[in-house]
Amino acid sequence: MLAVFVCLLGLAYTAYKAFGTGIDDAQSGWLVIGSFLPETTDLKMPPVLDILAGIFEEPRGTGDAFWTIVASEAAFTLREAAVGFAIGVVVGLGIAIALTTSGRLERALVPHVIASQTIPLIAIAPIIVIWGRKSFDFLPFEWQDWMSVSIIATYLTFFPVTINGLRGLQSPRPENLELMDSYAAPWGQTLWRLRLPASLPYLFAAFKIAATASVVGAIVGEISAGVKGGLGRRVLLEAQRYTTGPERLYVAVLGAAALGIFVFVVISTVEYALVGRKGREAVR
Amino acid sequence: MSDAPDANGPDGDIAPDVAAVELDGVGKVFNPGRSNEVNALTGIDLRIASGEFVTLIGPSGCGKSTLLRLIAALTDVTDGSVSVNGKTADRARLDRDYSMVFQRAGLFDWRNVSRNIELPLELMGWKAADRRQRSAEMLDLVKLSEFARHHPAELSGGMQQRVAIARAMSFDPKLLLMDEPFGALDEMTREHMQNELLRIWTETQTTVIFVTHSISEAVFLSTRVVVMSPRPGRISAVIDTDLGERSEATRDHPEYFANVTAVRNALRGDHAS
Repeated sequence: MLAVFVCLLGLAYTAYKAFGTGIDDAQSGWLVIGSFLPETTDLKMPPVLDILAGIFEEPRGTGDAFWTIVASEAAFTLREAAVGFAIGVVVGLGIAIALTTSGRLERALVPHVIASQTIPLIAIAPIIVIWGRKSFDFLPFEWQDWMSVSIIATYLTFFPVTINGLRGLQSPRPENLELMDSYAAPWGQTLWRLRLPASLPYLFAAFKIAATASVVGAIVGEISAGVKGGLGRRVLLEAQRYTTGPERLYVAVLGAAALGIFVFVVISTVEYALVGRKGREAVR
Repeated sequence: MSDAPDANGPDGDIAPDVAAVELDGVGKVFNPGRSNEVNALTGIDLRIASGEFVTLIGPSGCGKSTLLRLIAALTDVTDGSVSVNGKTADRARLDRDYSMVFQRAGLFDWRNVSRNIELPLELMGWKAADRRQRSAEMLDLVKLSEFARHHPAELSGGMQQRVAIARAMSFDPKLLLMDEPFGALDEMTREHMQNELLRIWTETQTTVIFVTHSISEAVFLSTRVVVMSPRPGRISAVIDTDLGERSEATRDHPEYFANVTAVRNALRGDHAS
């Protein structure tokens, strides 16, 4: 499915490029349309075959195929994203559980949770990196810049978990909550045996958003905080030396896309294993 | 079973002279002092002996479900007192003296039938082996043994409600509170479920308080029918309807029809007033 989609995308890209180039060639005054469309020169839009070749090419002075370099940088970014995702899930679910305890607390805090997402990530990223370098001395381990990027990713990931988690934790019907009350179940038992299981479908929907957002957060975090070693840095670097190898930027972007798809597939697989109970038929 | 913790504590059986439920001048007002104040119940006096099957019947809004929830301590009384097995209603709730069955079966989708029945036992800290054994016994009682590993979504409405009854009965509660449990079932399933419930009631000797708005259901099931009237909710009549041992034939018995008429007249009576 994905392969077909990628091929179609490649075909559309090539077709558009051919169309645009045709217009450029035929530009003799009467075809004004060409000047409105983005340029389709090989510099602006390197041919698909060049991009494919770029994947396997060895950049000068490295001795490694370009895709292996991108892959190891993707692994670096994945670590930042995964740590950010994990912290985001814990923090997000923690906030959601806390908000479930009281309607007043929920009404008071949810607007603030939403407001937190209106602050541009790019603006806070450098602050977090500076904090990391200056202020986290009390930690038992040495703070590294990639950890700051994880915190930036956390900032994006906790939000969907909190919002969906809250909806999920509140999803049990009143009679199910009364049932637990009638058994004199303490709050923690109701949480563990009713609210949390009931919220799993909501949480996994959030985890999918949060996982891809954690990759975005990690890449943007790397770029705006100037952290070396990951895909964000690679995208920045290839953008700077675009004229000498435009296909490398495309390969870096493809790597970022592949990483996003990868984390999505991982979450979907876990979801299927835990709650994938579709296809049961009712006996009626 | 004997080694499993007794949900009702070590004191064992209740002395026979203690009523299963005693309501004394019970009143309930929702949102007191506000514009949306509702006087749901007023002056309810009722004593239910252990082993009785009592039905609360009345038109919508007569407070019969509210009364059941007061007995369950799921909501607090405004006036009067509720005692269950000689304790306050909330003490009885904390001691797990009663179990409740709702109109919707309310099974947990993510648990199979057997684990749904085990839910209260888990909350009471039973060991896994005891739980499994008990759940198998209960499935036997409601005749659903071959569905132990099915999930609720795979069962019909009637089967789900039987699982809910098995879940409610799993820890041998002294009192079973049922809030229109068969209200959402079709007539055929409903009569079948009534027969099953009577069989279970006879086998287990549990006290049952049953809310319904079906006259025939009330008369067929109960030893006493409590007729209620609305605005404010109060008891307008209590009718003895004990038909002894019941079977399908009871539904055609003249005494059954006489009781149906008596309950209907009692319900009409308060429309006239």
